[in-house]
Amino acid sequence: MGVVEDAWTWLTTGANWSGDGGAAHRLGEHLYVSGVALAVACAIALPLALYLGHIGRGGALAVNISNVGRAIPVFAVLALFMMTPLRNSGYLPTIIALVLFAVPPLLTNAYVGMREVDRSVLEAARGMGMSGGQVFVRVELPLAYPMIMTGLRSAAVQVVATASIAAMVGLGGLGRIITAGFNTYDTAQVFAGAVLVALLALVVEGVLVALDRLLSPLRRRAVRTP
Amino acid sequence: MAEQNCLVTNDWICGEYLRSRSQELADATVQHIWITVASVLIGLVVAFPLALLARRGRYFAGPVLGLTTVLYTVPSLAMFSLLLPLFGLSAALVVTGLVLYSLTILVRNILAGLEAVPQEAKEAAEGMGYGPGRLLWEVELPLALPALMAGLRIATVSTVALTTVGSLVGKGGLGNLIEDALPSFFKAQVLTASVLCVLLAVAADLLLLGLQRLLTPWTRTAGPAVAKTEAG
Repeated sequence: MGVVEDAWTWLTTGANWSGDGGAAHRLGEHLYVSGVALAVACAIALPLALYLGHIGRGGALAVNISNVGRAIPVFAVLALFMMTPLRNSGYLPTIIALVLFAVPPLLTNAYVGMREVDRSVLEAARGMGMSGGQVFVRVELPLAYPMIMTGLRSAAVQVVATASIAAMVGLGGLGRIITAGFNTYDTAQVFAGAVLVALLALVVEGVLVALDRLLSPLRRRAVRTP
Repeated sequence: MAEQNCLVTNDWICGEYLRSRSQELADATVQHIWITVASVLIGLVVAFPLALLARRGRYFAGPVLGLTTVLYTVPSLAMFSLLLPLFGLSAALVVTGLVLYSLTILVRNILAGLEAVPQEAKEAAEGMGYGPGRLLWEVELPLALPALMAGLRIATVSTVALTTVGSLVGKGGLGNLIEDALPSFFKAQVLTASVLCVLLAVAADLLLLGLQRLLTPWTRTAGPAVAKTEAG
């Protein structure tokens, strides 16, 4: 197919990567807004979800917030931000939108992970004389870890996807390569940009899967006691 | 006169906008609905055999679940753009992209539903002389229906929201109105289209919930079914 070859030519042309609107700059923007947003979302969602899960309250909130998040179009939120003075504040509108869409998967998964810890295990831990804090750190957190990481993964994928849609309202990120290609009827550039965005999402997912395996508390224990 | 001013002063909420552009709003909503319905229905038709295939064993389940998960990871903007050489600027492009997204949720939920069918129910049906086809249609499928409907609701709500991205190729239903309003900062149009989009998602969800209650009357006696949300 001609388009694939043309897109490959686009990707391997150095001039397309350099400069202010070049692919390298767009990739940097994309990674910057995604990283900041994911960190902020984790800082907001994880303590809240872990606390609510620990005390066993707020289940309805945790479940409903992910349903609401699904129903709201990313494009609409970004467009609404562009109608406000926020549009003049650089990467801020993108970051706020990304945080809004990263919080639901983080919150819901961490909460469900905490609540799905076997009740009898918790009772046994308390029976052994563990305090609330000890139960949280030594029992609940390690057992909830897989779900917390699942939430982190879906949040990261969501963030990378949302950051690309920011281009549709004229904000920065890798998506700009695609929208610029649409504006100039350059199908090769659209395809090349799409390949970059898709690859980035898959790499992020892959890195997080590897990180998940590497950091798993249950894996470490298995290694320590052969 | 006072009402017309809201178009001039670019208010967020504008009655005159609703009146003068009602036809445009209706057309966009209709496009939004048919793109969503077509995508979810085609998604269901494709997901069902895939789930049956995945059920046949690990050799099939691995590739089927792996492929649909990879598809789900691809951002919507990239997905639509990757399909551009195949479909051009058409509604078929948007529908295809949305179908590919819905597959992940639908296949997983149908599979989970089929696997949760009690072994005794299957054995009883087999003992009564049910063949594999009849077993599937008359025993397994009805019992898998709650999980299937839960997946269908999630897929539909996500699809309603994702359809807006179709405005990239001019086929995004209400998303087209949002896109058109961007250059002139037309607040009323962006807000109205966004609100309609969310309302559409909520209406679709409630409609499917009603359908689920209608199709599975036996679940009502055991108290309200708790919709299990997809974690992935």
